[in-house]
Amino acid sequence: MNVFLAQLLNGLDKGGAYALIALGLTLVFGTLGVVNFAHGALFMLGCFCAVTFRYLITLETVTIDPEKLSPWGSPVEVRTPLVQNWFGDFGAVLVDYSVPISILLAIPAMLIIGIAMERGLIKHFYKRSHAEQILVTFGLAIVLQEIVRSFFGANPVPQPIPSDLRGAADIGVWFGMAAHTLTYPWWRLIYLLFSAVVIGGVFAFLQFTTFGMVVRAGMADRETVGLMGIDIDRRFTIVFGLAAVVAGVAGVMYTPLLAPNYHLGMDFLVLSFVVVVVGGMGSLPGAVAAGFLLGILQSFASMTEVKSLIPGIDQVIIYLVAVVILLVRPRGLMGRRGIMEN
Amino acid sequence: MTNFRTNRRGLLKGAGAGIVALSTPHIFTKGAWAQNFCNDPTSGKIVFGFNVPQTGSYAEEGLEQLKAYELAVKHINGEGDGGLLNTLKPAALKGNGVLGRKVEYVTGDTQTNTDAARDGARRMIERDKAIMVTGSVTSGEAIAQQSLCQEMGVIYMSGLTHSNDTTGKDKRRYGFRHFFNAYQSGVAIAPFLAKEYGTDRRAYHLTADYTWGWTQEESIKNATEALGWETVATVRTPLGLGDYSQYLTPVLNSGADVLILNHYGHDMVNSLPQAVQFGLRERQANGKNFEIVVPMFSELMAVGAGEAVKGIIGTSNWQWSLDDEGTKAFTKSYGEAYGQPPSQSAHTGYVQAILYADAVERAGTFYPPEVIKALEGFEFDGMGNGRTVYRDTDHQCFKEVLVVRGNENPSSRFDVLNVIGRTPREDVTYDASIFGGELGPYEPNKC
Repeated sequence: MNVFLAQLLNGLDKGGAYALIALGLTLVFGTLGVVNFAHGALFMLGCFCAVTFRYLITLETVTIDPEKLSPWGSPVEVRTPLVQNWFGDFGAVLVDYSVPISILLAIPAMLIIGIAMERGLIKHFYKRSHAEQILVTFGLAIVLQEIVRSFFGANPVPQPIPSDLRGAADIGVWFGMAAHTLTYPWWRLIYLLFSAVVIGGVFAFLQFTTFGMVVRAGMADRETVGLMGIDIDRRFTIVFGLAAVVAGVAGVMYTPLLAPNYHLGMDFLVLSFVVVVVGGMGSLPGAVAAGFLLGILQSFASMTEVKSLIPGIDQVIIYLVAVVILLVRPRGLMGRRGIMEN
Repeated sequence: MTNFRTNRRGLLKGAGAGIVALSTPHIFTKGAWAQNFCNDPTSGKIVFGFNVPQTGSYAEEGLEQLKAYELAVKHINGEGDGGLLNTLKPAALKGNGVLGRKVEYVTGDTQTNTDAARDGARRMIERDKAIMVTGSVTSGEAIAQQSLCQEMGVIYMSGLTHSNDTTGKDKRRYGFRHFFNAYQSGVAIAPFLAKEYGTDRRAYHLTADYTWGWTQEESIKNATEALGWETVATVRTPLGLGDYSQYLTPVLNSGADVLILNHYGHDMVNSLPQAVQFGLRERQANGKNFEIVVPMFSELMAVGAGEAVKGIIGTSNWQWSLDDEGTKAFTKSYGEAYGQPPSQSAHTGYVQAILYADAVERAGTFYPPEVIKALEGFEFDGMGNGRTVYRDTDHQCFKEVLVVRGNENPSSRFDVLNVIGRTPREDVTYDASIFGGELGPYEPNKC
């Protein structure tokens, strides 16, 4: 039972990341009609916002200690973090909490990147075929990842969990089980909560604000909204920026779970597209539901008991689900009739 | 009295026999194999091909290896401080190139991909006329390249490759490995595991699902079971997986008290910190502290894994902080050139380039069968691994294996691993026949 619960938590956690990326992808497809293969790269750029922030906050003064020599005979460099020099203990806390704090950098950075991407490149492809959109956004994704690689190298850059949030929570005790029966890392619980809050925030924004209402109207009938004198293009540009922010902050908070590397976007891209296809192209609730569903299925498929029944199922389960969905219900679980059915 | 009669047929026979007889001594003269082997540099340039991952998952280790190869060429050609040419014993190289001529090189990017590695090696041989190809960071790359090189009659000196298969079932006459292997890791680490964690342990293996992972798992499983440890489960994980949570969760309630991560590169960089996040190291199981073991370590991986690596035991081929003359000389050369200590990936690449050049010098020819014979059974010292031999039956180097532990209190960002033991060469030597395979013929093919 406790293994089952732990795998359920794993699935929800993983599903949270899938849902956040797929949500942005669906927003862009639903509003602009663009199949954005660079969306995974936005997740990766979010990760590197955290890396950049930590790099900046841990900038050091370097002095030479002539007394000590390195193994190759040159004087040893003594490094002292600037922030700790300036702010003492508070500086140490800033360094320790660099990942969550870097969200403050990621939000404006990703908004600017998203808007620049849409205005600078993607808007020129609105009237082109989906194949051309895929090609250009895929090319953009490669360019972005190579830029990141040239700055940060190819190796993963681990980001630490704040020291207060390390280790695992004894969840079993909360539910009356014996100690150590069901433990789960604190940061993964935080990520799950964070995913729920961001997803809830996006839905609330679209549901309860005037801006959101216009966007939803534009998603339903862009032409009519335009005829009513509303500059829907400008709003959709902002939606693209919002999608970039959602992907970016998802990436920031994921960095302690998975050391970011330049290729991370590509790793998540395919999964996210499967999530969108299963959920239904253009359906926001579908993207979220499919994200969590596939995350949970992937976790359960990795259980030894399941793998002993169907060897290798853990590696193909989500694609298998996608194939079945495409055959049985081409528009996806919650997709609108007629969208991407042919 | 005998009458000699000549006719046209007899004259031709005699002339033919005479030509063969007259030319026979030259077959045994050094350098007389001109035109008989691939990329004979007698009348052209001497080109080494350095084929390493410059992009992809293991690019960082590949680029380190490439820097070391470039340093090796400098030293072979007599530039710089000479590095390990000063400490290699016995050494035939004089610091004036190979057989008195300067070495040039070409580079390739394997993209951490087997097919790209093979294509790159082929291009180096066919287009760039490389006389020797070297470099790898995965066993897949190494095995693919040495098979191709065997077909083309060009010697391949592998870089970083740890699978038993490289010098086991996939060994080749034209392939040589300086790096240690999974079997040797298992044998080397076992006594230290017994000393640190006892002989009554239950181990759970998570293994990368490809050739290296399988051989690593088999080797460490055999070694720990010989100690008396019980193997609870061996679970294969997809190569390149980022999130290992679904594989780590079952460990918690499996009854195991040791997790053995048969992961390398990015797999290990992700799986180890995640295992620590799941609280495994704070956990008690079977009345003991839960432990994590990573049988094969590299410094670059240790840096990537961050804090999680502290206190973790593994094995290593070489470590820059050793205090022998060879290590000090190489660390000094590399540190001066690049401002940081070399990794084991850099070290093995450098040593391979030097050993090939030295073998040519000793053979007095580039003719591959003679160079192969010069390497086979060659016993040397001064390269940072103590006394080492290139075994003739499988082309595996035998030398001491280092047992290392993640440094709890690093004094610098390079100081990530501590050497806690050295397993002697005799202890990690095994019968070549246990891994099977055939070396194949000496005689080279033409390109």
